[in-house]
Amino acid sequence: MNKIKSLNDLRKIKQDVEQKMDLREKSDNPDRYVQIKVAMATCGIAAGAREVMNTLIEKIAQDKIDAVVTQTGCMGYCHAEPTVEVRKPGAEPVVFGHVDREKALAIIDKYIKTGELLEGIIPVNYQTA
Amino acid sequence: MAQYKMHLLVCGGTGCRSSESDLIIENLQHSLREKGLENDAQVIKTGCFGFCEQGPIVKVLPDNTFYTGVKPADAAEIVAEHVLKGRKVERLLYKDPEKQMAVSDSKHMGFYRKQIRIALRNCGFIDPENIDEYIARDGYAALAKVLEEMSPEQAIDVIKQSGLRGRGGGGFPTGLKWEIAGKNKADQKYVVCNADEGDPGAFMDRSILEGDPHSIIEAMSICGYCIGATKGLVYIRAEYPLAIKRLQIAIEQARNYGLLGENILGSKHSFDIELRYGAGAFVCGEETALIHSMEGKRGEPTVKPPFPAESGYLEKPTNVNNVETLANIPAIYLRGHEWFASIGTAKSKGTKVFALAGKINNVGLIEVPMGITLREVIFEIGGGIKDGKKFKAVQTGGPSGGCLTEKHLDTPIDFDNLLAVGSMMGSGGMIVMDEDDCMVAVAKFYLEFTVEESCGKCAPCRIGNKRLHELLDKITLGKGTEEDIEQLRNLSVVIKDTALCGLGQTSPNPVLSTLDNFADEYLAHVRDQHCPAGQCKALRQYLILADKCVGCTACTKVCPTGAIAGEKRQAHLIDQAKCIRCGACIEKCKFSAIIIPSTKI
Repeated sequence: MNKIKSLNDLRKIKQDVEQKMDLREKSDNPDRYVQIKVAMATCGIAAGAREVMNTLIEKIAQDKIDAVVTQTGCMGYCHAEPTVEVRKPGAEPVVFGHVDREKALAIIDKYIKTGELLEGIIPVNYQTA
Repeated sequence: MAQYKMHLLVCGGTGCRSSESDLIIENLQHSLREKGLENDAQVIKTGCFGFCEQGPIVKVLPDNTFYTGVKPADAAEIVAEHVLKGRKVERLLYKDPEKQMAVSDSKHMGFYRKQIRIALRNCGFIDPENIDEYIARDGYAALAKVLEEMSPEQAIDVIKQSGLRGRGGGGFPTGLKWEIAGKNKADQKYVVCNADEGDPGAFMDRSILEGDPHSIIEAMSICGYCIGATKGLVYIRAEYPLAIKRLQIAIEQARNYGLLGENILGSKHSFDIELRYGAGAFVCGEETALIHSMEGKRGEPTVKPPFPAESGYLEKPTNVNNVETLANIPAIYLRGHEWFASIGTAKSKGTKVFALAGKINNVGLIEVPMGITLREVIFEIGGGIKDGKKFKAVQTGGPSGGCLTEKHLDTPIDFDNLLAVGSMMGSGGMIVMDEDDCMVAVAKFYLEFTVEESCGKCAPCRIGNKRLHELLDKITLGKGTEEDIEQLRNLSVVIKDTALCGLGQTSPNPVLSTLDNFADEYLAHVRDQHCPAGQCKALRQYLILADKCVGCTACTKVCPTGAIAGEKRQAHLIDQAKCIRCGACIEKCKFSAIIIPSTKI
């Protein structure tokens, strides 16, 4: 193991581990981050939600976006699976239907980064506690 | 690099481990592999979450799902439902004791909402056996900052300005302590961490050492730089094996990284730490007794002065700090003394960790800002009294503290306020009592402890406490007189004034505070030979309620002395002269017809 000789060495270790700890840091203050929920019930998984989720997680890590990806149960939009709900801090949640790899990337590049809406938004017809 | 989508944090503290949390970890990992999810979710063994009442705890991130009372057999279901399908396992969620509703995540739990975690910042968050995770949380950055930017005097000044006071019970200003030790000249000085946690029911020091051992190492090294010491010693009780193991691992890791040893972080500062094991004597938490014990002598206190800062371990200047005090140090340097001083009350800054215990719903470890009221701690964080009973008293400060009542509930908790109302902060034990607790018996319990733990060196403590205990025993047996109560008070005052060390000077506190706050209860014991709480067995009475008794004769059959008489289908009667108060009848009665009355029959 290399010895730590300075504050910079310390910072280097911190950077290496930070990504591993990122999920924990963000979960500790959920209100400050964009919350992305992927519906991962049987119907969602069958429609390809797992790939969507992996894409989202990789993209977020790559672009260093302040967001947390969570999986949830069935949201009830089985006709439009895979579905992804995005809640920006202080904003109402928006649900996107029929999300595939491409659309997942577009959600991040457009809606999350610039606020531009995409096609395929499902009107939210419920309230969560 | 594979990114985990979920982190499963499992408590690896002593409490949860005794309920098989190690096996839970194994089973979780096994189930993840079985489902091919080992690259999706990571299982991490952390320190204590503080919610020990309902351990073992498994916390799932990123959604902060908080599973309580998890059994090893539940692991497969958590993986199959939550990790794979994203459905929470409802039956394992924490239930709000008042509303009886499942709470989805820890951010919505009353237990955590009012807490501010400084000393416990990494407990239940990082893997304590992994130094990299500590570094990722800015670990050792405070040490680097101090070494690179500050002179020892400047560094001491930061702690002075922060207003940090000793968390072990004394409440002495930490910065001042460092300054005194720093000014004394010697060829060798020592930094000692007091991990001899002895208060019954207090376990914050253990939890910090188990959950975040590096914070103590870092703080001791900073202290060494400030006072000019190159050697650190941790005095820890041998009955904390897990804390010892984690500390040893942490010291080894810090040495490998060069964070302990010569020329730390390229500076001139050198520092290393050794462990010293205590045999678990309460008096060794007193700093002079602790030092004698470390030297291989009897664990007995000596008169101060000389203070350890002048002549301590091996007669060299020694600075002794408690674990929780040290855990605050790195955070103060990183976030600034202004930040720390902005939390708390005028004379007590920052937070305090309390171990909640007794008749309270959420037993566990909490960290709250100074100045919070007892009511907030007991009823909001603690979730109120168990089984809907009535609050009677709260005992703060361990065996050296006092019992506070309803009228003190809105007192803001800090060092000075607690002293003013006849109790003390102590190390932060907080034992809640309900209507079923007899205060004379409570005082007797604490005296039993201090009599047992007195080192015997000074007469007031050795003999005086023994006499106090005998008087209390007499009263609980119904043989006490009003003169005995007077005697209790006089003796208590004398012991307080004349005992050698903190143990004896504070041991009569439970007696004095219960005498002040529950005088009626003492009088009932001596005047009426009656215990209003029904706790003192010798004074207990059982009564059959004639309107509820159906005359089933079940009680007459279990009564070993034939004290219950009555015809079938007619109300029975207990002969108090024959009754030996065994309580067999009350257990047998199916109609709640037998009671322990709160007034004398």
